[in-house]
Amino acid sequence: MNALELQNVDMVFNPGGENAVAALRGIDLSVEPGEFISLIGPSGCGKSTMLRLVGDLLAPTAGSVTVNGKSAPQARLDRDYGMVFQNATLLEWRRILANVELPLEIMDVSKSERIQTARDMLELVQLDQFEDHYPWQLSGGMQQRVAIARALAFRPSLLLMDEPFGALDEMTRERMQMELLRIWQETETTVVFVTHSIPEAVFLSTRVVVMSPRPGQITKIVDIDLPQPRVFETREDQRFFALLTRVRESLRAVEEE
Amino acid sequence: MTERIRRWVPAAAVFVAALVLWEGVVRVFDIQGFLLPAPSAIVAALATETDVLTTAAIGTFATALVGLGVGSLMAALAAFAASRWPLVREGAMPVAIAANSTPIVVLAPVANSWFGLRSMAGGVFVVAVLVFFPVMINLVRGLMSANASELELMQSYAAPRRTTLWKLQLPNALPYLFSALKVAAALSLIGAIVKEYFGGSQERLGQYITSKAALFQYEEAWAAIVVASAFGILLYLLILLIERRAMPWHVSVRRT
Repeated sequence: MNALELQNVDMVFNPGGENAVAALRGIDLSVEPGEFISLIGPSGCGKSTMLRLVGDLLAPTAGSVTVNGKSAPQARLDRDYGMVFQNATLLEWRRILANVELPLEIMDVSKSERIQTARDMLELVQLDQFEDHYPWQLSGGMQQRVAIARALAFRPSLLLMDEPFGALDEMTRERMQMELLRIWQETETTVVFVTHSIPEAVFLSTRVVVMSPRPGQITKIVDIDLPQPRVFETREDQRFFALLTRVRESLRAVEEE
Repeated sequence: MTERIRRWVPAAAVFVAALVLWEGVVRVFDIQGFLLPAPSAIVAALATETDVLTTAAIGTFATALVGLGVGSLMAALAAFAASRWPLVREGAMPVAIAANSTPIVVLAPVANSWFGLRSMAGGVFVVAVLVFFPVMINLVRGLMSANASELELMQSYAAPRRTTLWKLQLPNALPYLFSALKVAAALSLIGAIVKEYFGGSQERLGQYITSKAALFQYEEAWAAIVVASAFGILLYLLILLIERRAMPWHVSVRRT
């Protein structure tokens, strides 16, 4: 069974209206469990929209989205999705531990189990020293790690990430990428990752989905056959550069159309 | 602690200097008591009238406090409804904003004919109506202030609507609510006292001030004004204290 299956998905905002916008057209994509998929493309290519269709935050105009053999709305009700946004979206009135507890609280997990799980998750992202801090006391990178811990707290099968490292500086960003890969391998979660950065997409993914704008379409899917686990030296590998070039050329072909 | 004391020094100095200047001006220019009594005369009146003023102030303060409570509660219910149903919001908000821009305190003389001169209900009514609109408008704004990703986050957890209200929108609205309550606190005393100007029990600040002024006992009238101010400040500080307790995390409260 596929972790994710999009079949002939169209998305039109304000359909029939004067300002109707075709955001996505004819999207077909199958993702196997445990894959790490990046969506990359110029602004306005609908990659964030696609992520929201997968997460049932938007409903497609046509076509079907299937997650673990279920419809997207059912998957959302079954709590199959962990979401991470560009801004950490931590609730500022909650301390770090309580922020990670939030999804478990909503899912009626008992207090003691909640605290135990939240602590485990903070350990996973190496922030267990900070459970009593408020979000504003943490750096941007640390806040984003808390957001990842929170997204994983209820063990969702699918992690949806919308440019999660977009607001971070380059060095923090590379550290976060290593960390995310470690967590991905420890938890065996399927990841759909939206990004603007070609090196980020290549370094992280098992496959990179290249998209074109207006209306958003998938123009190419690049298999990233770099050995696992990815390490610091992976970025200096000849194969890494070759794949960067492949993705870059696919994107340029998109621009020139 | 010394740091905290030092922060109060400038304000205390200005206050004392103003009193000294006031006393000096009244004495040097020999200003008549009915125009402006000296602070020392007002303090003397406060001393002789302590019992009467205490009773009057407590009665007025109780009216203001009950009105503030009732009005805020009604405003909260209206705000929840408005944030929950767009139709209610679109219908009620323009009306509320319009009502908030009118001098609602003009209802005071009418309240007497509705509730009778001697009942507390008239005062409570005026105060409640007065505080209702600012509290409601601000609370609706606060409840609607959660940003798109916060709402999407709750949606991704398949959180029921009341959970989103309780765990996201309401905490988000607290800063708005407390700013509104600080405005409403001042309004509540204004409403209570202005309503009393138009009649009612003699044992209330509003009636005390009008009757003393009519008798040219301006020292006493001013003493009552001082007491009213003190209670206004007290109410404000009370809300400030609750605010600090309720949202220690907020930028306006937290200490680095």
